[in-house]
Amino acid sequence: MALAGKEQPEEALYLRSLPIAATLLALWIAPAGAQLSIEITGAGAQRIPVAIVPFAGEAAIPPGLSGIIRTDLERSGLFRGLEIPPLSPLPTETAIVNYPEWRSRLADAVVFGSVVARPEGGFEARFRLDDVVKQARLGSVAFPMARDTVRATGHRIADFVYEKLTGEKGVFSTLIAYVVKRGSVYELNIADADGMGEQTVLKSFEPIISPAWSPDGRRLAYVSFENKKPVVYVHSLSDAKRIVAANFKGSNSAPAWSPDGSKLAVTLSREGGSQIFLINPNGSGVRRLTTSSAIDTEPRFSTDGQWIYFTSDRGGTPQIYRIAATGGEPQRLTFEGSYNVTPRPSPDGRTLAYITRNGDKFQVALLDLTNRQTQIITDSERDESPSFAPNGRMILLATVINGRGVLSAVSADGRVKQRLSTPAGDVREPAWGPFIE
Amino acid sequence: MHAIASLTAATLTATSLAMVLAGCATTPEEQKPAAVESRAPAKPEAVKPAPSVEARRMDPAAALKDPNNILSKRSVYFDFDKYDIKDEYKGLVEAHAKYLRENSGAKMLIQGNADERGSREYNLGLGQRRADSVKRALILLGGKEGQIESVSLGEEKPVCTEHAEGCWAKNRRDDMLYNGEY
Repeated sequence: MALAGKEQPEEALYLRSLPIAATLLALWIAPAGAQLSIEITGAGAQRIPVAIVPFAGEAAIPPGLSGIIRTDLERSGLFRGLEIPPLSPLPTETAIVNYPEWRSRLADAVVFGSVVARPEGGFEARFRLDDVVKQARLGSVAFPMARDTVRATGHRIADFVYEKLTGEKGVFSTLIAYVVKRGSVYELNIADADGMGEQTVLKSFEPIISPAWSPDGRRLAYVSFENKKPVVYVHSLSDAKRIVAANFKGSNSAPAWSPDGSKLAVTLSREGGSQIFLINPNGSGVRRLTTSSAIDTEPRFSTDGQWIYFTSDRGGTPQIYRIAATGGEPQRLTFEGSYNVTPRPSPDGRTLAYITRNGDKFQVALLDLTNRQTQIITDSERDESPSFAPNGRMILLATVINGRGVLSAVSADGRVKQRLSTPAGDVREPAWGPFIE
Repeated sequence: MHAIASLTAATLTATSLAMVLAGCATTPEEQKPAAVESRAPAKPEAVKPAPSVEARRMDPAAALKDPNNILSKRSVYFDFDKYDIKDEYKGLVEAHAKYLRENSGAKMLIQGNADERGSREYNLGLGQRRADSVKRALILLGGKEGQIESVSLGEEKPVCTEHAEGCWAKNRRDDMLYNGEY
């Protein structure tokens, strides 16, 4: 515990990663106990009908590719998977496409594929995507695949199909991070965007909040209370090693990465009050950004790195402001209502998602940064921590249903809604990871 | 956390400090601190045999654990969206300030807390504001900056978990811990 005079010199921060405090159960990447299950409770008005033909040979390596691709596409709310009649033999990527027949089944697009064993070991997933209306091939690809990468390969194929048909990148291969509280144990977990493949990054008897992905998707910054106070860590996912990024006298919280990954914005109380500082991810180079006698917290960089959005109650109630990343005079952005917090800019920089209090409810709202119009897009009551998908299409959030914390996802137009819950646990603090090249 | 009254945040700070200072000025240090125990012991504390100077020197920390000593009380509760120290806790804060003054080796961690409503990070800020409020009072009353660290647990460590005001009131709280206790 750092008390007065024990504040860590910057160069010593690395060493603070060890020893692991007694409250910390484990620091690892390990399969977690229970998967998140997804429930879709809405869909877009115009869904593209697409036929995903079972891949020849896919039954040999479960769980079949075509099912993963179809589930992914449907979950986006933008596609409707068509029922496929029994076909024998299965047409593959090498077959001649009978466009009129697929058109008569009301398909706008069709995917064919096959799984073949490679002579050197492993498999190859080959597929092609055709536009049935234009009667044209949109692309064909072969991905190497192993028995344990069937899901990942299915997500890659779904991303390919999604991008070809919508013109924007798919997010099926991305990861999400979140915190699960099971009894008195807190788990920081990551999972595929569909909630499958859950892995535990950190397990502790003390709270964990505010996970934030580094722009390269390799590290998570978060706040852990294992030292009886909030301390910011940066955790490398590949080797499960972590360093203390901020453990100054007082509280350390709310980490946010700059778009180039070179800086963290954090909230520190080391100079009194809660103020926003910029630091290097290893804890060095501390520079104060805001100077108020109010609470300034929840910083987030704009996509271009020029602005930092944050919550401040300098005007009497918590509202959203922005300040140039180089400092200066903050500018207030929200004016309706007495409680607007947790700003999260969209990847294209045009919209800000945040939490607004609407009567007794806390809901996700969007602020159009161009015309300053606001709109509430959820109908739940205790929403927290909105997080944009890296393509900006969906927003992941935490809410409470029947007294339990669950994750929910809503499309940016409010139409598509999904719920992700886990048995016997409270799920909270979601963070949608970046595109991974 | 709602923020109806935070318009008056600056005023409240000034008021609370003024109150603490006023308490300091009108209450000689040797005087018995104002009673804060709700159980209202029949015997005034001043009547209890005071531990000898020698005994105190041997183990001043024993007073911190003595259930009959005000120093064993460690929690300060706050009103909704407030962080000024209410009158009923002034005596408690004064007693701990005196202990810090007389035991320069003592160190204290103040953990501020907030109720569960609203943003976790903003609530961390509200808990910090409450912890800072007690820290400031302790320093005004003679505690040293180097003895006291104020931190926040936000809404993360509720002592009461029902979703109702009766519970929230218990969670809007500062806890004062001495070295060895955290």
